[in-house]
Amino acid sequence: MTTVLPSRSAGTALGHAAALPLSFRGLRRTFGTGSAAHTVLRDVTFDVAAGEVLAILGPSGCGKSTLLRAAAGLDSPSAGSVVIADFPVQGIDSRCAFAFQEPRLLPWHTLQANIAIGLPTGCSASEGKAKVARLLELVGLERFAKHRPREVSGGMAQRASLARALARNPGVLLLDEPFGALDALTRIRMQDLLLNIHRVEPATVLLVTHDVDEALQLADRIIVLGNHDANGPGATIVRTVEVPGGRPRDRADAELAQLRVSLLQTLGVDGH
Amino acid sequence: MNQPGETSATSTSVADARAAAATATMADAAQAGATEAPAPARGWSPAGVRSRNWARLPLGLIIPAALLAAWQLASSSGLFTVVQLPPPVMVLEAAGELLERGELGIHIAISTQRVLIGFLVGAALGLVLGATVGLSKLADALLAPTIGALRAVPSLAWVPLLILWMKIGEDSKVTLIIIGAFFPVFTTVSLALRHVDRNLVEAARAFGLKGIRLLTTVQLPAVVPAVFSGLRLALAQAWLFLVAAELIASSMGLGFLLIDSQNNGRTDRLLLAIVMLAVIGKVTDALLGLAEKWAVKRWA
Repeated sequence: MTTVLPSRSAGTALGHAAALPLSFRGLRRTFGTGSAAHTVLRDVTFDVAAGEVLAILGPSGCGKSTLLRAAAGLDSPSAGSVVIADFPVQGIDSRCAFAFQEPRLLPWHTLQANIAIGLPTGCSASEGKAKVARLLELVGLERFAKHRPREVSGGMAQRASLARALARNPGVLLLDEPFGALDALTRIRMQDLLLNIHRVEPATVLLVTHDVDEALQLADRIIVLGNHDANGPGATIVRTVEVPGGRPRDRADAELAQLRVSLLQTLGVDGH
Repeated sequence: MNQPGETSATSTSVADARAAAATATMADAAQAGATEAPAPARGWSPAGVRSRNWARLPLGLIIPAALLAAWQLASSSGLFTVVQLPPPVMVLEAAGELLERGELGIHIAISTQRVLIGFLVGAALGLVLGATVGLSKLADALLAPTIGALRAVPSLAWVPLLILWMKIGEDSKVTLIIIGAFFPVFTTVSLALRHVDRNLVEAARAFGLKGIRLLTTVQLPAVVPAVFSGLRLALAQAWLFLVAAELIASSMGLGFLLIDSQNNGRTDRLLLAIVMLAVIGKVTDALLGLAEKWAVKRWA
């Protein structure tokens, strides 16, 4: 199921925690109560292997972000649970790290200080400093360590946000459309960067995206969320796809192109 | 009494600076991938500020100079009697005389001391209670109605009670100033904390920040500009309440100088007290303004 990544041992140099498996069990999320109740997700059950990169595709408003927020403990499901390495998520989970669609950096801190916010508690000052320096290098921001977020471009801020998530030594890396707000060129660079990072720090990655190409480029497996109105309100998994071939993948590969068309059809878009 | 106007002018310029920063950030994001180059987007260049400040000082002195000239003209032309409006020179002489006897220094020192103590205590209380009410829904539900009702009491209404409880001494005066300085800080801080960018708070929570660390890392820095507008309003209120307290019952201070001069028909000293209040009020406000400028640059 999982593509085992090469050079996984390289990551130990950065002192990361091991990638952790996680599973969603019968997850359901309803907002509001009574007549205003609105079910966003229902019956979401799937497993993610340690070190796997899983993309979650779906139309906007289908609960993709809600799924990630449940895994991070930022939101609690109405029913069901998220289990990471046999322990259910209860409240903010220190085994996860989150990168949001917007960088969400503190404007009054330097990039360096922003990344340090991600450091796990109990990390000594010297350890933390060294780790932040290595992460800055990993995301190519070492020259901008002392810059404030408003002094750098959107792509650079997003890289800093990614580095902040990595600083946490996450077992599970949760990415909520992290490249969605970037222009096409920057997005491709960021995708390559993410693959590099995953080679060095092989966390389990859950990537929410609405970009089919991005999912095909990065993921081992793709799940598609959607509504089956016949079975009641709320989105659930309508399709699961194993993406063939190891990474990096040729963006012009014919098999991927076919898969792209078929995925777009699942999403309700004519791919031709 | 020009402080409130001053303060609002300053917060407008703060808002301008923040808007400029926001636009710069958007422009920055727009050119994101194209170059990936750093775009040092500063709202204003240091050189620009300096040259504007040089131009501002003489410009700001034009109206005071004109007022002084009009004052001189009005008193020397016989439009007003010397009792109604003594010429500026007489006020200066009154200042010299009081200085020589060491009285002016004492009046100024005691008034400044009352304002500073009242302002510091009131602002600190406003900060602590404002933070509590702004952050905790329970505290908000528990305290907000009471504090709102107390704020609705015109502050001078406390004077008889304060005098009854604390007698006519430093305590009753400083307490009145504390009341005056408390509310602007309390209101701005509690409101600003409720409007801290939820996305930033959520991001910080996702990285395990909570309680005091969340407060000091995200929430307090986010409200620094608002805190300073509250502080400047509070300082203006503190001077206002000082004069009120000293007019009612005192034996020292600029407010006492006012009432004492009125009773003795010394209009020159009366004018002197007003000029001193204007100058000292403006100086303390300007000092706080400098701190505000620094803080906004550092935290916004």
